[in-house]
Amino acid sequence: MPVGCLDGRTGLKSRHYVRTVGARAVRKGLVGTMLLGLVLPLLLLVGGSSASAATLCLPKPDETGCISGTVGSRSDPVAGVDVILRDAQGTDIETVTTEADGKFSFTVTEAGDYFVVLDDESLPDGLEQQPPRAAIAGPDGSVKVTANLGSAVSPIVEVRDEDYDAGGDSFTDQIAQSVVNGLRLGLLLALASLGLSLIYGTTGLSNFSHAELVTLGGMVAYGLVNLAGMNLWLGIVATTIVCAAVGYLQDRLLWQPLRRRGLGLTQMMIVTIGLALAAQYAYQYFVGASLQKVVVRDFGTTSFGPVTLTNLSFLAMAVAIVAIGLVGFVLVRTRIGQATRAVSDNPALAAASGIDVDKIIRLVWTAAAGLAGLAGVLYALVISNGIRWDTGMQILLLLFAAVTLGGLGTAFGAFVGSIIIGLVVELAGPLGAPGDLKYAVALAILIVLLLVRPQGILGRAERVG
Amino acid sequence: MSETTIGTPSLADPAARRALMAGVTPEPGAAKQDPILKVDKIERRFGGITAVDVEHLEVQRGIITALIGPNGAGKTTFFNLITGFDKPSSAGSGAAWEFDGRSLSKTSASSVAKAGMVRTFQLTKSLNRMTVMDNMMLGAQDQSGENLLKSVFKPLWRGQEKDVEEKAKELLARFKLLEKKDDYAGSLSGGQRKLLEMARALMSDPKMIMLDEPMAGVNPALTQSLLGHIQALRDEGMTVLFVEHDMHVVRHISDWVVVMAEGRVVAEGPADTVMSNQAVIDAYLGAHHDTDLGDDEVLTEGALEQIEAEVRADEAAHEAVDEAKHDQQGDKS
Amino acid sequence: MDTILDILSAVIREAISPGTAAVAIAVIGLNLHFGYTGLLNFGQSGFMLLGAYGFAISLVHDVPLPLAVLVGLGLAFVFALVLGIPTLQLRGDYLAIVTISAAEIIRFVGRLSNLKDLTGGAQGIQGRTYQPAFVDLSFFGDGAWTLAPFNYTDVADGAGWVRALGGLVFAACIVATVLVGRRLKRAADPTRTAPRTGLDGTLGKVAAVVLVLIGLYALFFAMPVTYGRSGVNGWWVRAVAWTLVALSTLVVYLLVRSPWGRLLRGVREDEDAMRSLGRNVFAVKMQSLVIGGLFGALGGMVYVLASTVQPDALGRQITFFSYTALLLGGAATILGPVLGTVLFFSARILIRESARAYVPDSIMSAQQTEQFSFIVVGVALVLLVIFRPQGILGNKRELRFNV
Repeated sequence: MPVGCLDGRTGLKSRHYVRTVGARAVRKGLVGTMLLGLVLPLLLLVGGSSASAATLCLPKPDETGCISGTVGSRSDPVAGVDVILRDAQGTDIETVTTEADGKFSFTVTEAGDYFVVLDDESLPDGLEQQPPRAAIAGPDGSVKVTANLGSAVSPIVEVRDEDYDAGGDSFTDQIAQSVVNGLRLGLLLALASLGLSLIYGTTGLSNFSHAELVTLGGMVAYGLVNLAGMNLWLGIVATTIVCAAVGYLQDRLLWQPLRRRGLGLTQMMIVTIGLALAAQYAYQYFVGASLQKVVVRDFGTTSFGPVTLTNLSFLAMAVAIVAIGLVGFVLVRTRIGQATRAVSDNPALAAASGIDVDKIIRLVWTAAAGLAGLAGVLYALVISNGIRWDTGMQILLLLFAAVTLGGLGTAFGAFVGSIIIGLVVELAGPLGAPGDLKYAVALAILIVLLLVRPQGILGRAERVG
Repeated sequence: MSETTIGTPSLADPAARRALMAGVTPEPGAAKQDPILKVDKIERRFGGITAVDVEHLEVQRGIITALIGPNGAGKTTFFNLITGFDKPSSAGSGAAWEFDGRSLSKTSASSVAKAGMVRTFQLTKSLNRMTVMDNMMLGAQDQSGENLLKSVFKPLWRGQEKDVEEKAKELLARFKLLEKKDDYAGSLSGGQRKLLEMARALMSDPKMIMLDEPMAGVNPALTQSLLGHIQALRDEGMTVLFVEHDMHVVRHISDWVVVMAEGRVVAEGPADTVMSNQAVIDAYLGAHHDTDLGDDEVLTEGALEQIEAEVRADEAAHEAVDEAKHDQQGDKS
Repeated sequence: MDTILDILSAVIREAISPGTAAVAIAVIGLNLHFGYTGLLNFGQSGFMLLGAYGFAISLVHDVPLPLAVLVGLGLAFVFALVLGIPTLQLRGDYLAIVTISAAEIIRFVGRLSNLKDLTGGAQGIQGRTYQPAFVDLSFFGDGAWTLAPFNYTDVADGAGWVRALGGLVFAACIVATVLVGRRLKRAADPTRTAPRTGLDGTLGKVAAVVLVLIGLYALFFAMPVTYGRSGVNGWWVRAVAWTLVALSTLVVYLLVRSPWGRLLRGVREDEDAMRSLGRNVFAVKMQSLVIGGLFGALGGMVYVLASTVQPDALGRQITFFSYTALLLGGAATILGPVLGTVLFFSARILIRESARAYVPDSIMSAQQTEQFSFIVVGVALVLLVIFRPQGILGNKRELRFNV
């Protein structure tokens, strides 16, 4: 069903833009406006397709069907463009020229596949038809559309700057925006992966339930800020504290007793998987399966040259940098940090030299959970635009990729790995990876790196083996 | 034991062995009459530290050669290098070693073992959640039932399985482990596991057996029996190279002694003369300056405990090295 | 009383469903990886998904059924090679991270809208587009059929007490099997030299098998199940699925009792020791990864026989469920994977249906009972690993020498 397909497309694409790419699209210059401009009317079309199509073409049951759409966007339509309709064999059937509103419409009397293409000659200078996605691509850059009698369908005909791929301003702008988005994602990933890395370093445990601590952060903040109406900043602090407490209790009630029992690391890893499962479904049980916003208020955006981010994003990045810096300072400069690193190096030796290993590990769990919770709030605020039971689960593999990339168990490595993963994920799109694949690209890079340098970028060879 | 492992039977006679080695100049890198193992220019660095740097070494066939040296002398690393568990940093720039006329420079650990040079580990690597018998059976080479396609058809391997089992029983009986054959290897004592590891290594009829600190962590009573086993192997014609800390043990059973310090071979010679070598005394001074090296007192409980403690500390260090080596392997391949 | 019977009926239907059989086959493969070789494969769902895609896409393109199966297996074979070459030389937890990542990549790629023509994108491939090729093979005929054909309704007009009797016989058989099993295990324990009384090995095994058969008959006698003989979701697909489970179990049994199986266990215990004994550890691990992966792909194909190819249905969760099922039944045991999977899925349905029936909607909505059952699954996995790591059939003594 083309309408269904259309629906899927606009729904998915627009959410994508709003949520993960955020304000980037606005700043892609003309292209961005165009794309967004196309998506928005399509969205509206879905809602009121019968009404808008009715003005141009009336589908009659079992007699006629409509193929209609807009070139450009409602706010910025492209007039005077010749739109060509071809039949399944590729012969031109009809050509219409768009009016000032950019709309075109064909009436067909047979159901079946048709192709819609824009006449390049008639397009204003500097614009070209964007090649359609493979799934709807017809011959010669046309868009395939399946018409049914008695209904109207809208082919997705998009236009863009001719220099879109030629490395013009818009492309560099796009890259600049992606780099900043990548740094933002990277910093938040770093916040979460630091804890994962510290836990791995001190206990050897790959904590598969770490992502659920991230989700927990978002959930607690949702409860405190959105539901209970707490001030956002207070809420963030409170969330961090609550999550840290959860980490403390987790170690006190679960991990320490298990370490005492001498449970193997593989077994402990499976315990974390069980915990993750239980936690995910517990979130669904108590909060439901839909996306919940932490704040409803809009904080506005700020631009620096080609880069635009929400103000909240800048604040989140600042908070992340401060928190990461603090962890780094503690690790490098304080006695507790030294003790932590000693435990990471060799727990037996550390214990022999008078360090209370259990206390250090408890501290690490507490800090790791706190950081993950903080990351969860910030992530929900500026990246996923809300929190859902699987928000954390979706970035778990990115966290593991970051930690492994940087070198398992080295805190600084986790930071570097996170930034790299963040950049890779955000840059994958503009550099040609289809939208859904950007996470896959990050994971593929991880696999390739393990081939070349199994100890990770910053891992010391001695630590691995 | 198969044909190939039987060298010159006359070497069971101490006099014959002394005569054999009499012609060899007791200096590092001396040429032997009939070397089974030849090593050239092996160097291994970890970061900035050179763990092993051996210019030339030959091991005489059919006798017991001991590799001794203080802690951190690079003995185990050297062992790892020649058995393919580690790759020399000097690989490609002159590093070469040869076993029984075949070059092993580019050979993996498993191929080294297949070539007939089988080793044991300082930290015993018994397969804990398998029975003693299964441990032994894994020692035998060329089992057709280990082929994936043949494995599902029992008649194809039943016969060989029986033979291997018989051989395993013989060896277990010799090492006094037969009544434990159905126990999990993990339930054995440390000393028994050392015996099991040695017996398992013998399942493959090796030409040369390399024992990494076979006495470490073994109680004195069992030490005697272990020594007996090692000598018996030699008397059957096998070449034995073993790493040891304990000079007394070394003097007791070895026909030739190679001394390593700080990664180099500093001295070679018959056991009784090498102990008085100035280089050896210098090498050991840091570690046991208050102990008479050749004194039987070394075997008293207290001294043993002290040595064992050192061994354990050493093991931790070796473990780190082992890990690095692992990684190195992953890196290279 | 009727509610209880309804719940039990739902549980039994779930226990013998093709989906359960499919996961059981995948768990059998996972057992080869994790139980016998010690490989931390967290990408079994990837193998399943590849098998399902290869199978279904081939059938949609009118490839003959046997060839379609081969395509599915072939994809899994290639996947295992691609996955194994970089990771099998690395440490275990790297394998875990890489396999789970690779499985996710496959899912992401399957969901790609660009590939919609091939994989159906996120919606997946509808069952009716590929199932006919399989359903048409059925020689079971038309109409419905009831298991067991002779059941309580045929005795005394289906009086309640006949049914209860069947249930009692079933329960008695379970208890008896457990007792026999315990005795067998004790007899097989090498460290116990106590005289073996009564049942000796073979006799005990025969007795256990007979008890299980009687028990199963009693179960279906008391709780008969009716499906269409053929069709998309009838006895035909169930018979094929469970036959495949039996065959897979047999193959794994033949493999692991051989010297090859000994190699696997040796590698699980200590790779360096195996190298020092002249074994090519990488080759052994690769063989294990491939064979287990093929079972995963087969499981994936069976999984989609009675449903659709939906990338998100074969995601990480399935891998995690597989681990739970494997640990429940007992890793490194022959029958553990099947027993574990059947119990796992049955228990989940039991929890869900009981919650649905007995907890008022105001406390737990229908949706929440589903989630509740998964929460219990997660907690059960935790408790299982902590308190009975050897599972139902495993040997606790063996676990004591954990390396």
